[in-house]
Amino acid sequence: MKNSKPHKIRWSFIIFFIPVALWLFLLIVFPHLELLKMSFTGTDFYGKSGFTLENYGEFFKEPIYWRTFARTALYSIFVTFIVLVISLPVTFYITKIAKIKSQGFLTILVLIPFWVSELIRVYGWIILLRESGVINKFLLKIGIFKVPHEMLYNDITMVMGLVYTSMLFMIVPIIGVMESLDDALIEAAYDLGAKKTTIWRKIIIPYVTPGIMSGSIIVFMLVLGSYLTPKLMGGKNALWFTEQIYNSMIIYFNWNQGAAFGFLLLLLSSLIIFVALKVTRQDFKEVVK
Amino acid sequence: MIRTLPNSRAYTTAYRLFIAVFFIFLFSPLLITMILAFNNSMFPSLPWKGFTLDWFFGRGPDKIGIFHDDSNLRSIFTSIRVAVAVSALSTLVGTMAAFLFEHEDFKFKQAFYFLMLAPLVIPGVILGISILLFTNAVGLFFEDKLGLDMRFLAPGYWLVVFGQFSFITTITTMTISARLKKFDRTLEEAAYNLGANKLEVLRFITLKYLRPSIVGAAAIAFLMSFENFNTTLFLVGSDQTLPINLYLQVRDGSTPVINAIAFILITFTSIVAVANLYGGNKKNQT
Repeated sequence: MKNSKPHKIRWSFIIFFIPVALWLFLLIVFPHLELLKMSFTGTDFYGKSGFTLENYGEFFKEPIYWRTFARTALYSIFVTFIVLVISLPVTFYITKIAKIKSQGFLTILVLIPFWVSELIRVYGWIILLRESGVINKFLLKIGIFKVPHEMLYNDITMVMGLVYTSMLFMIVPIIGVMESLDDALIEAAYDLGAKKTTIWRKIIIPYVTPGIMSGSIIVFMLVLGSYLTPKLMGGKNALWFTEQIYNSMIIYFNWNQGAAFGFLLLLLSSLIIFVALKVTRQDFKEVVK
Repeated sequence: MIRTLPNSRAYTTAYRLFIAVFFIFLFSPLLITMILAFNNSMFPSLPWKGFTLDWFFGRGPDKIGIFHDDSNLRSIFTSIRVAVAVSALSTLVGTMAAFLFEHEDFKFKQAFYFLMLAPLVIPGVILGISILLFTNAVGLFFEDKLGLDMRFLAPGYWLVVFGQFSFITTITTMTISARLKKFDRTLEEAAYNLGANKLEVLRFITLKYLRPSIVGAAAIAFLMSFENFNTTLFLVGSDQTLPINLYLQVRDGSTPVINAIAFILITFTSIVAVANLYGGNKKNQT
């Protein structure tokens, strides 16, 4: 098509191309270049701005910054792993064990909380878990607790909250792949005497790996970049890295420092996703489909 | 193991129990939030003090229901205005992008395609600060060099729309592309042979075929915009969107009016989600 009319302007192409190019350059490429530039900019003694490595230097000098960074990264990987461990049996139940009639219903049931905003979901957990919350009241009443316990504001609750808010993004892609897994493969393995663990390891897991990868990437990204859940449910004396960015940008109004932090977070997420794709030999384009 | 194979009783029972616990875990925070919207108490907690609709319709002085709560009503209205704009823009550009990537061929197509997917792996917070920094730089440039005051480049309504548009368009593009991929182009050729011009073919054949996915994409875009927090956080001006306003209230402690809002939101999103799924399923079969 391109070569058939070489000197005629392809209007359809131009009409489609311009808005898309505007979108991608004005809202994705240029802003991130600006982010990179700002992160290498600093104001010197006389108020003149210029190139500096100071913003990144600060990150490595102050333990609180890189500790928060490492904590955020490790917790994000941990949460992604927990989400995966819960999602596999759930998706397996929905696609392979539940009655065929109830499959559609179960899928919709899983999807509904996915549409409710993260804030409302976190708020629900706050109502349940806080010192004057529903669970405390209940346990006091039946006599398990003598005094109310604060169940919010610790890392275990925060991990649970993060698992809760991101789990559906793992379940949906895995359901998509697992549905197409032919039951006959499992039946054949079973007839040949394979154990359950072997069937999982040799048949199910390898088959759903594309779903696992796309789910893991989205979940990891969401957790790493999450702000609400760690802020409202996490411990008060340890920050999430996004809170660090928010503090630099909005509270201290130090945009250069915030830009450096932001770029580091972007670098980290890209790096971990890249490594994960390489290790499992998946293609990014296939995975996000 | 699966439904066609014999399973031990213990295995089936244990599995059912696990699934039951999973669904309780999934729904208990939502259900409890919805129930406590009707509790006649000043705090969103037990004990149950009787049924009331005050958190919906109360006029004060101590219980101000959502329908008389100016601050929350204003933020709901702001969110709707943002979501309508984002939904319209991202569906329009998403449709164009779908045509561009599915039907056109050009240099660097692969690179553009990757760029289009990039917002999926950029944390929303980063997208927010990048756009804030960039629009600020552009705004300063226009002001210094040309003496123009570009209001819409300062944090506020348009910046929130741009920020949400930047990643939601990726979702709409993928939704619409998925359907365009399955489109049989001989239908277009047939229409040309019968004397239709380009616009007629686009309107009566291609867009008509794409309509379910366009409607679905618009609904998804609306919901994603309505509930977005991370990107909006950095771009919002004095007109707060609902999630930002709710966040401030949850952080600082508030009355069960939040439960009433949650009740309305959960009901509304469930209806849209179910309608979307039902509609989507029906259309996929054709």
